[in-house]
Amino acid sequence: MVMTGGEAAETMLKPKDYKSDTKPVWCPGCGDFSVLAAITRALSALSIAPENVAVVSGIGCSSRIPAYLDTYGFHGVHGRALPLATGLKIARPDLCVLVASGDGDGFSIGGNHFLQACRRNVDVTYIVMDNQVYGMTKGQASPTTEPDWDHSKLTPHGTRINPFYPLVLALASGANFIARASSSDPNGAAKVISEAIEHPGFSFVQVLSPCVTFRPEQREWKKIVRPAPIEATTDPAAAARRLMTDDNFYLGVLYKGSREPFEPEIPARLATERELEEEFCV
Amino acid sequence: MSAVNMLEWPGFLAYSLQIENDAVERYTMFAEQMDVTNNPEVAELFREMARLEGIHAREIEAQIGSQALPDGASWEFEWPHGDAPESVDFSDTHYLMTPYQALTLVLEAEQRAVAFFETVERDSSDEKVRELAAEFAGEERGHVELVRRWRDRYPPPEDDWDHDPDPPNQLE
Amino acid sequence: MSTHAISIALVGSGGSGVMTAGSLLLEAAGRAGLYGLMSRSSGPQIRGGEAAALLRISTHPVFCLGDRFDLLMAIDWLNAERFAAEIPLDRNSFIAGGDGVPDEFSASGAACREVSFKTLAEQGGAGIRPNMLALGLVGAAVGLPPEQLEEVARKLVGRKGEEAVQASVSALSIGAANAALLDGLERFDIGDQGSKELWNISGNESAGLGAIRGGVRFVAAYPITPATEMLEWLAPALERVGGTLVQAEDELASVNQLIGASFGGTPSLTATSGPGFALMTESIGLAVASETPIVVVDVMRGGPSTGIPTKGEQSDLNIALYGLHGDAPHVVVAPFSVSDCLFTTQWAVHLAESLQTAAIVLSDQSLGQTRSVIPKPADVSFNTRRVLQTETRENYQRYAAVAGGVSPMALPGLAGCQYTADGLEHNARGIPSSRVEDHANQLDKRRDKLTSYDYGDHWAHVDGDGPLAIITWGSSLAPVTEAVEALAPEGIVVRVIAPRLLMPVQPERMAEALEGVEVALVLEQSHGAQFFHYIRAFYAPECELHSAARPGPLPIRPGDVINEIRRHWRWS
Repeated sequence: MVMTGGEAAETMLKPKDYKSDTKPVWCPGCGDFSVLAAITRALSALSIAPENVAVVSGIGCSSRIPAYLDTYGFHGVHGRALPLATGLKIARPDLCVLVASGDGDGFSIGGNHFLQACRRNVDVTYIVMDNQVYGMTKGQASPTTEPDWDHSKLTPHGTRINPFYPLVLALASGANFIARASSSDPNGAAKVISEAIEHPGFSFVQVLSPCVTFRPEQREWKKIVRPAPIEATTDPAAAARRLMTDDNFYLGVLYKGSREPFEPEIPARLATERELEEEFCV
Repeated sequence: MSAVNMLEWPGFLAYSLQIENDAVERYTMFAEQMDVTNNPEVAELFREMARLEGIHAREIEAQIGSQALPDGASWEFEWPHGDAPESVDFSDTHYLMTPYQALTLVLEAEQRAVAFFETVERDSSDEKVRELAAEFAGEERGHVELVRRWRDRYPPPEDDWDHDPDPPNQLE
Repeated sequence: MSTHAISIALVGSGGSGVMTAGSLLLEAAGRAGLYGLMSRSSGPQIRGGEAAALLRISTHPVFCLGDRFDLLMAIDWLNAERFAAEIPLDRNSFIAGGDGVPDEFSASGAACREVSFKTLAEQGGAGIRPNMLALGLVGAAVGLPPEQLEEVARKLVGRKGEEAVQASVSALSIGAANAALLDGLERFDIGDQGSKELWNISGNESAGLGAIRGGVRFVAAYPITPATEMLEWLAPALERVGGTLVQAEDELASVNQLIGASFGGTPSLTATSGPGFALMTESIGLAVASETPIVVVDVMRGGPSTGIPTKGEQSDLNIALYGLHGDAPHVVVAPFSVSDCLFTTQWAVHLAESLQTAAIVLSDQSLGQTRSVIPKPADVSFNTRRVLQTETRENYQRYAAVAGGVSPMALPGLAGCQYTADGLEHNARGIPSSRVEDHANQLDKRRDKLTSYDYGDHWAHVDGDGPLAIITWGSSLAPVTEAVEALAPEGIVVRVIAPRLLMPVQPERMAEALEGVEVALVLEQSHGAQFFHYIRAFYAPECELHSAARPGPLPIRPGDVINEIRRHWRWS
């Protein structure tokens, strides 16, 4: 595609056209700013009109994202973004539905919805900003926190329970697209998110997004992350091997499935309410 | 595989414009961060940077005129550091940061821009590209000096610059 | 044809087919132009348990079980004594079954007529089933035309082939040939019934149809007794009219799916019972705060906790009224009858859509799972229409203060009106805000849109006058109405007030309804007298107020109400 510096450039939607005028409440340095930029870049590159996008979220730092976007949005209750998005997408298949969540919202209180959404394979894109901590409640351990992290007053000896591996769970539960991105690479994250949006069915993108307030050591993540050395596989067995041996810092699209997305049945001819009532007539 | 080649015309123009536009976006975001976290001095400083980069962007747009540019998604630009050289890393800001620290980040960004244009000047085989890259590198070197002098007006941060006697807020 | 009703209980253990026989008896009665209802009771087993089909068939519409049963028929007596409290018999009743009638029943003094349906069936030959034989017997005994019984049997077993049909027909005639066994039992005199339009429908189906008539096109479902049949009916029905039902992973998901679908513009509903409702309350509050219309039908069962899943109770009133955290004004309505499940659910959809809020429908097991032959319910149209933002507008404010409080809702897809619906308190634009004035404004908006709305006469059933009033609600209205009708010939005149609209409260209308009342009895099926406390709190009647509250699982019967009225009647 070729554009000119003239009129065409003005009609093209730029990333900033997807941003609202509400200023984020996140801490400066937070990875979520980068995710916000990545989402706007992805939507702009895909040229999806902002009014045809709905971003659904739950509770937590990451879940504030809908208000910062000039798309439609729903900032719901803790852990329930996925079912809300499921209902929306089924009722309005014409919309591009994104779900934004964090590791607490998405994997703890919303953990079951995560598994079921992978199974159901509705065509939505699930972006989880993972910083291994609850930020809005002052830094408690989440399901992805290391068991020996003892910086929270709630778990002074560390959680002493195993963190879980969201990508492995997503694969086991039937997600159709699995990827990891990093907030330290907003363009890479934008690319992965755009592919996730374009891929049919349930797409899951984990974005490593440091919490500079409660996990300042995560600033070092940008030095550890690197692209996965191989292309995305379409073979779940290969993906399973890869994800099980992964150190959680490989970036990129790791699995692309080909399951048909869940869509409602639409009858060829609609019945009238009168016809429905016939079964009750004595 | 990149859709946009920085060493060729007009790909180089697209890169140059992207550098400035990304910097505007980033500095604007940082200015807002500092507004929200009540650091008005640094907010103003970032806003000024966004304004200056915006002027550069419009200058480049003027040079482009009606020439057709290759249109690539943001990730189709192959930056040496993953992000556009004049964009400060998202994780480098802090709510208590001082103007000196902010300008240090800006200075590093300008230095990355110098390096970028020098590389293009060195590597491109297109005379027109080399010429313009040399011009831009010169401009960026000027910015480096300017920012350095600007920064010198401020004291370096105290050792305990990030000390906050109060704990973080609980929002939800 | 003189007015009368016959109550019949069919009991038997797993495999005996008493439920099928009961359903066919009801359907045949309907085809003969009679009215009736059938509720069910069963043991705790999934298969093989004892079961009872409890029927009341009448020449006039009936809305509740009677005080006693005329006939108890047993295919077998295994564990049947567990139903003793639910099947009151007296000296005028009949018991038909094999030997071994449990003492709990025979002690009533009812006339025992020994008949072993199993033996008769074995003698009848291959394919003859005891339940069809019993159906033939009781059908003939109460005077149902044999061709109606045959027709309903044919409809049921027709798919299994002519041989099965013939076996059923033979069973019916063997049964009918033994009808003399029940000599003395009242009979219907089936004359020409004219052309009545009757429906055979359960409360759960009726509520489902009300949902569709109201415009619901998205339902999220999580199975729970006794609401499941409503969802099961809706699954294919919704699809036929172009809607969708999704089975969710739990009630937390189902209610949120509704909110999502409704945010997208599709009227949405779910049905559940107490335990599921309790899980949903947080998100019902989200619907209230974000002003997203949803409807939740709670088919109440005995509580607390898992309680008594198979029996009704009006004990979810408090959670429906007060269960949402924060100040969360919403709509609570309750249907009175199987037929009214249709109207009230349709009305609930209308109110939720019109007022952009959550509407809760409090049905209960005795309505939901009762199958009833009723006059075809009237067609009602509310012209339900959500107030939508239809054109792009500068500075669109989703939660703007507007007259009436219902601000136009933009649906995704409308350019220029993008907003974020939020469960956080917000300003008029929907931006999160904890400012004093934003909270006050939005609280006022969400309250005022409900209180300023004119709910019209649908708010309550108000009937009669006089100094004694019974205030009741939901399924308890039926026995009250029957009791009041029964006492009228004695000159005992009772005023009946039953709010269909429980929230928002209607103090002026209630005051008008109570004008001149000296004593009011508040009658309900709840151990904690939840409705009584509600009436006192919101309506503070100046008259003498008494509570007549009792828990499930037994239904309130007309005779119970008559006793209550007699206790308080002091006018002559």
